Amino acid sequence: MGFRLEPRISTPAWLNVALSLAAVLAALVLCAGLIALAGANVIGAYAIMFESAFGDVYALTETLVKATPLVLTGLAVAVAFRAKFWNIGAEGQLLAGAVVGCWVGGFPHVPGPIAIALMLIAGAAGGALAALVPALLRVRLKVDDVVSSLLINSIVYYAMMALIEGPWKDRMSGYPNSPPIQDAANFPILMEGTRLHLGVVFAALAVPLVWLLMRRTTLGFAINAVGENAEASAYGGIRVDRVLLTAAAISGGLAGLAGICEVGGIHFQVMGEISTGYGYTGIVIAMLARLNPLGVIPAAVFFAAVMTGAEAMSRATGVPVFLAQVIQGTALITMLVALLFTAYRIRRTGGPAGVRAT
Amino acid sequence: MTAPPLLDMRGITKVFGEAKANDGIDLVVRPGDVLGLLGENGAGKTTLMNVLFGTYHADAGEIFIAGKPVRIRNSADALSHGIGMVHQHFHLAPRLSVLENLLIGQKGRRLVLDRGRALERLDDIRRDFGLWLEPHRMVSSLSVGEQQRLEIVKALYRGARLLILDEPTAVLTPAEAEGLFAAMRAMSEQGFGIVFISHKLAEVRAVATRCVVLRHGQVAGSIERPGEATNAEIARMMCGRDITPPERRAVALHGPVLELSRVSTRPRGGAGLDDVSLTVRGGEILGIAGVSGNGQRALADLVSGMLAATGGEIRLAGEPLRRAAPAEAQRLGLGRIPEDRMKTGLVTGMSVADNMILSRLADAPFSRRGWISPKAIRAFASERIEAFDIRCPGPEARAGMLSGGNLQKILLARELAHDPIALVAAQPTRGLDIGATQFVHDRFLEMRDRGRGILLISEDLEELMALSDRIAVMYGGRIVGEMPTTEATIERVGLLMAGAETGRGRA
Amino acid sequence: MSGLLEQLFQVGFLAALIRIATPLMLATLGEMLSERAGVLNLGIEGIMLIGAMAGFCVAYFSGSLWLGVGAAVLAGMVLAALHALLTVSFGLSQHVSGIGVTLLSTGLAFFIYRLVFGQPSQPPSVPPFQTVPIPGLSAIPVIGTAVFNQYILVYVAMLLVPVMAFILTHTPWGLSVRMVGENPHAAESAGVSVAVKRWQAVVIGGGLMGAAGAFLSLAQFNAFTFGVINGRGWVAIALVVFGQWRPWRCAGGALMFAFIDALQLRLQASNLGQHVPYETFLILPFLLTIVAMASVSRNAIAPAALLKPFRKEER
Repeated sequence: MGFRLEPRISTPAWLNVALSLAAVLAALVLCAGLIALAGANVIGAYAIMFESAFGDVYALTETLVKATPLVLTGLAVAVAFRAKFWNIGAEGQLLAGAVVGCWVGGFPHVPGPIAIALMLIAGAAGGALAALVPALLRVRLKVDDVVSSLLINSIVYYAMMALIEGPWKDRMSGYPNSPPIQDAANFPILMEGTRLHLGVVFAALAVPLVWLLMRRTTLGFAINAVGENAEASAYGGIRVDRVLLTAAAISGGLAGLAGICEVGGIHFQVMGEISTGYGYTGIVIAMLARLNPLGVIPAAVFFAAVMTGAEAMSRATGVPVFLAQVIQGTALITMLVALLFTAYRIRRTGGPAGVRAT
Repeated sequence: MTAPPLLDMRGITKVFGEAKANDGIDLVVRPGDVLGLLGENGAGKTTLMNVLFGTYHADAGEIFIAGKPVRIRNSADALSHGIGMVHQHFHLAPRLSVLENLLIGQKGRRLVLDRGRALERLDDIRRDFGLWLEPHRMVSSLSVGEQQRLEIVKALYRGARLLILDEPTAVLTPAEAEGLFAAMRAMSEQGFGIVFISHKLAEVRAVATRCVVLRHGQVAGSIERPGEATNAEIARMMCGRDITPPERRAVALHGPVLELSRVSTRPRGGAGLDDVSLTVRGGEILGIAGVSGNGQRALADLVSGMLAATGGEIRLAGEPLRRAAPAEAQRLGLGRIPEDRMKTGLVTGMSVADNMILSRLADAPFSRRGWISPKAIRAFASERIEAFDIRCPGPEARAGMLSGGNLQKILLARELAHDPIALVAAQPTRGLDIGATQFVHDRFLEMRDRGRGILLISEDLEELMALSDRIAVMYGGRIVGEMPTTEATIERVGLLMAGAETGRGRA
Repeated sequence: MSGLLEQLFQVGFLAALIRIATPLMLATLGEMLSERAGVLNLGIEGIMLIGAMAGFCVAYFSGSLWLGVGAAVLAGMVLAALHALLTVSFGLSQHVSGIGVTLLSTGLAFFIYRLVFGQPSQPPSVPPFQTVPIPGLSAIPVIGTAVFNQYILVYVAMLLVPVMAFILTHTPWGLSVRMVGENPHAAESAGVSVAVKRWQAVVIGGGLMGAAGAFLSLAQFNAFTFGVINGRGWVAIALVVFGQWRPWRCAGGALMFAFIDALQLRLQASNLGQHVPYETFLILPFLLTIVAMASVSRNAIAPAALLKPFRKEER
């Protein structure tokens, strides 16, 4: 008597959605144990989280503000993973984008729309450059992209810190911050009395654009094909290295945009805490979205809600705010397990069928 | 003379899906037997041996070892019953030494490996069977023939009394094959049993003491003294019919569509080509026969632009292939049916429709200025699915879900869609059932009749005989002979395949 | 600069180098063992962190540093077991599972620490391990004081290198682990259970990673901070590549990294450090790790079955 995994002939569409939901639910249930451990009421704690993330218009806008960089890093990871370019470096690419974009945003006497456009371009370029390093190392020198992109995160972070502690330090404030960007470059606020800024629109626009890229362009097709089977793609006439580098640049560019949205919409300068692990959360989001750009939005909103919700819950109940991080990690793992059910169905077997001795 | 047989398999049946790979097979091996197990591809030879070795579990039947009923659940069970198997794909760790590959999995409670004893055993095996390998060499530095020798030594080292060799000569040079046969005879004299799986009649006749022929999963017959049987007798038993080539129309030959003149190449890890010249003309099929690993893969890769030539010239439809790039070969009018359809032909994780246009991605109407037209792709795929009778839920179905025959049809549908001037096809029917095989053959003949040229690389001589207008034989990276099919006989081609020209082959 | 060169050969510098190298050696050997069996463990960064946290908490409350080390090893093994379950038993993506384990462990470590200690103004600390001179050897000038007057965990890490090398080459278990990472089919056909060996290697490797974390929080910093690991896990993965999956070379890589790290610490304290932000020097070890990895990657031959799930299955 035992169980056996049997490959599925097909995965119905509803199952994909259902499994992502189930993974999230399972993660919340598992983490309920920690809330109880912290001596809080589980239902109450989750209720506070939900309330403070979606309870009123302001809460909702805060969640959307938080979701903005997450959507972009989620897209960044999704594009890279589609090509099997293991970009764990969205965090560093985000920072690189923020630094370059912030620098451009500081140029004086540039009219607003142009300043914002320049920042976006510069930020995307910064992120793309940071992503091209591990991609080039892989293509040219066969350096493992996972490790190099991870190490580059640290390098970019320290480089950024060195800049804002040193030559780029804001002399007015004396804190380790960069000088602020020009007022004209600040992203307009969309709703009076909230922090809902133009970056939300950029993130929202990026989703259909990336979807179009992946589904409707030859480049997107090639990225998918290279990720699924690089050898057959090469035989089919696709230039694998070039596709990988392009995917890396797009991925890094999206992560760079996330950095720009934080600079232009929230902080208006570069500082040490510009990202609270948005790049790593992007991995969880992309996986939960099954690397589908459209799925990135709900996944990003969910984790944004978890992040804002966790802070409120922590203040109210004393449950450590790091619950948000635990939920992220757990959700990634439960999602991974859920993937088993898309590829396989579990069959019970009635004992090993063997050659029977008589 | 009543010692129980080493092995007695009775009524072995193994079903995969709806196909009976083994259907009530009986097989007996006595001490000293070298049992030739013959049959076409898909006749059930490998399945039967995998059942014996515990890789598969039979759905019915019994196995007796030395007269005792046994139950073999896995390879460890098989080993403990003294059964050793040398697979076609070696089970060796390339970055470990010869000795370490022998030492793995040794029973006992020792905390430290006993290298000294292992070396003694290795010496014994050398003395008894003439099989020797330098124990401290890395496996990755061994030639294919040496790796196979290591597999045999490994089986003996672990105390195998019955050795299964699955198509061992497919990867060997004639000289190496000769060494293998000598070792087999030595083992036979010492009372070991050997099951020798092959589809090469000459070898079986040369070395086997008995032989059993499988066909469609059943025992088609057995021959007591294979050395005295004729090839024709055995071949008839294997095929169950006299080979009747499909009807072929006489077609007027056109100009050359694919020409190789004095081409050489040396790929990394694999056999290369050495000064190969050949011409395929419109309206003909040129068959390439040969034991695998004699440069066929390099030939296919070279023509399809995946591999650069180190010398010589390739012309497609009269134009030289200047750049080693698949896209370039396609542009000049080449179609390609690769040997490993799952690995180099199709992207199994993508949809049937996507696979249909993989190599035509940049062409209208599938895409314009970088934008894909899903509608055009779907319409094209639907039309092709219909035309090639591909059994799938629809164009959006994941290709990986389909059977081998349907996958091959996708490839054909794709590669023939744009009416290539020349087609290079490698092992196009390997692993396919009879219906799918027939389908592939019909398409090839259609193409030929329309004045296109095909380079058909196959290890299946019967297929080559049935389809080709001319047959060229590859050996050691060279074309060692070429003849019109009307003048080709199994014996003649077989001799060339065995490198008989060099005077070392056996007939 | 000449003053700097002199400093390099001072006892203090050498001793610091050895101490910095120790957690890296432990972690790198743990990762190497796991990878030799065919399992990449990207959970290392989080596992080290949870080791540091568990080690600190247990030592703090029990008053026994060794109990803390034991707890760290155990915590590392438990999380590595999760990785083994996902990648070996379920055959899921080693990349994604490892990142999941790191995220989960990181969150858990912070969560539990905050739950236990709250947010004190002064981070709690424990009396750190004391150095134990080895009689005789510690009397050797310079080397003796630097190398043989260290924490016991340092000696353990140093001894582990030859021990690991011996186990891998000379014991049946080590041979099976290597075989399982090179060609699981060959191992299985020789009667070796691929799943069991992989589980063992991953879990033992996780124990070493946990111990590495404990060294940081109990010997090096004698406190737990959120940045205590600071990318050392990722560096360890790079060092495994640089070390070509061999114990001695991996240890050499750890020493090399430690040298750079100790050097940049000195640079921070030097004259130069007064004019240049200290973060500039922190870049150095990471940058040189990438360079080191790039220098060998073209010819590096990873265990052939690394990243490949193995599933015994009928056709």
